[in-house]
Amino acid sequence: MSVVFERTKLLTDKQFHYCPGCNHGIIHRLVAESIDELIQEGKLEEGNVLGVAPVGCSVFAYDYFNMDMYEAAHGRAPAVATGAKRAKPDTLVFTYQGDGDLASIGTAEIVHAAHRGEKIVTIFVNNAIYGMTGGQMAPTTLVGQKTTTSPHGRDEAWCGAPIKMSEMLSEVPGSYYIERCAVNNNANILKTKKAIKKAFQYQLDGKGFCMIEVLSTCPTNWGLSPVEAMKWLEENMIPYYPLGVKKDKGAE
Amino acid sequence: MALTLMKGSEAIAEAAIRAGARFFFGYPITPQTEIPEYMSERMPEVGGCFLQAESEVAAINMVYGAAGTGARVITSSSSPGVSLKQEGISYCAGAQLPCVILNVMRGGPGLGNIQASQGDYFQGVKGGGNGDYHLLTYAPSSVQEAIDIMMFAFDKAEKYRMPVLFLADGIIAQMMEPVEMPEMVDFKVDPEKKPWACTGWKPGDDPAKRGVINSIYIDTESLSEHNAVLQAIYAEAKKNEQMWECYKTEDAEIVVTAFGTVARIAKTVVDEMRAEGYKVGLFRPITVWPFPYDALAETCCAAHVKGILDVEVNEGQMLEDVKLAINGSKNVEFFGHLGSQFPTTAEIKSKILEMKEAK
Ligand SMILES: Cc1ncc(C[n+]2csc(CCOP(=O)(O)OP(=O)(O)O)c2C)c(N)n1
Ligand code: SF4
Ligand SMILES: [Mg+2]
Repeated sequence: MSVVFERTKLLTDKQFHYCPGCNHGIIHRLVAESIDELIQEGKLEEGNVLGVAPVGCSVFAYDYFNMDMYEAAHGRAPAVATGAKRAKPDTLVFTYQGDGDLASIGTAEIVHAAHRGEKIVTIFVNNAIYGMTGGQMAPTTLVGQKTTTSPHGRDEAWCGAPIKMSEMLSEVPGSYYIERCAVNNNANILKTKKAIKKAFQYQLDGKGFCMIEVLSTCPTNWGLSPVEAMKWLEENMIPYYPLGVKKDKGAE
Repeated sequence: MALTLMKGSEAIAEAAIRAGARFFFGYPITPQTEIPEYMSERMPEVGGCFLQAESEVAAINMVYGAAGTGARVITSSSSPGVSLKQEGISYCAGAQLPCVILNVMRGGPGLGNIQASQGDYFQGVKGGGNGDYHLLTYAPSSVQEAIDIMMFAFDKAEKYRMPVLFLADGIIAQMMEPVEMPEMVDFKVDPEKKPWACTGWKPGDDPAKRGVINSIYIDTESLSEHNAVLQAIYAEAKKNEQMWECYKTEDAEIVVTAFGTVARIAKTVVDEMRAEGYKVGLFRPITVWPFPYDALAETCCAAHVKGILDVEVNEGQMLEDVKLAINGSKNVEFFGHLGSQFPTTAEIKSKILEMKEAK
């Protein structure tokens, strides 16, 4: 019998701690597989990759990605990645960040990494909530969405409308490639992987800042089953956060 | 070797480069802006990297990123900027990253002023960021001493895997002094010496050598184990790294304690008063963490010592460590200024005379 499928070597055999139905696991795999493929294709030398984990549910990503890894302070991953990339310019460097991490406490760091055209890839996992701390409102929480700190639903008059990071960072001159994806069905999973791989390829080609935003579920804190959560994402998140390429200097 | 006249900030920056620093991340703030300015010109000349960060928060996190690869990395700032760095400093300490941080202290709290001060002793020595950690902290009192310490600062940071802090005041950074600049050190990242660093691990390599730069230990047992490791390192540093200077204390009746530039002023007082027949001496900690408690206690427990005068440009911060060392056995007085005025020799002298009369 021949082996037709294996877990990528770039994930450790440590079991994910994510809740059932959480999209973090799928996204981890897409990231690791994309890098592994670039290695198999001879485009990236083995060992020439490092990742920066955030503070959020993916704080233990350093236990899952089988490569040199950092765990950064909340929101600071783009600055940490900047330091690492400047010190090791031939290394593929990526950050993996949630929406609280990237769109709230770490806005200065992400905007300026994009602004400098930092040659890193950011995987931005937007689940419209603070997962790790038990479901508080994020800047990305939808209007009307109930969280533990917006118990009556997000009130736009009181705390603004949800921030669209991909659109915002597309306006920053230094950003190179920005796409918003989702992993809600097979077709979109494949699209997400293609986008992630393209972003990594751009980095290998010495291009500037790339970010792939991935809309993601948090069944636990949304109070929904995994299936209901996916449906909620499709009916509520995708209409507000339209999928697609927001900027691609390589295609211009 | 020939002496060259250099401005303190530039001399310190050049010394860092000579000591092997090839990465500088910082943000402008008076009175240390000459350091990033110098680095922006000099780093490219030596194949290094100068990057102006968007904030001190980002700068220290860039330090975290570059130091994690094993490189020699430095950042500098002044008091309000160093406050912003505290989060990252605590993370560097937790993740055991060697690096060098310069605080060219100015007056505080808040925006304070832009003149020299010593108001960040507590912040540097007693914490600053969260958690049980220490920084190997040097308080140079001349430009030359700052250079000399810089030449071994990275070695110490790497030996103990802990950040080194320079607690300098604005005067040292701003003054010009003739200095002897050491030769360039030949530094290269050696993955064998830094098995913890991110130097290109791949699946199949020794799993123990995978770079994981991290400060989270989620369960109580592993966090207490990690803290025990840190504490053991701090104990070693306390044993090996204390530095101080005793100046004419052998027969002193009054011992002045002071650090940094203030100690230089106090030294002049000692010489002037000695010339007039007064037995005055100076005890100057060079490391303020680890603080040389035993050396100070030993110096001051001698029967000829009648009193101790601690002088600082703050409301009496090192004073607490001086009192801990003396432990109530002798009278400890304080003289200090708030708002960045440095004490004059006349002021210190009259305070000493006051103490002598009070006896
Ligand atoms: C400085 C700081 N502030 C607050 C926290 C607490 N905290 C941990 S994770 C988190 C939110 C994470 O949410 P997100 O980035 O959306 O990630 P998710 O868990 O949803 O994947 C917060 C506020 C922290 N660790 N550090
Ligand atoms: S809390 Fe939400 S984001 Fe976190 S692991 Fe569970 S489902 Fe995923
Ligand atoms: Mg989130």
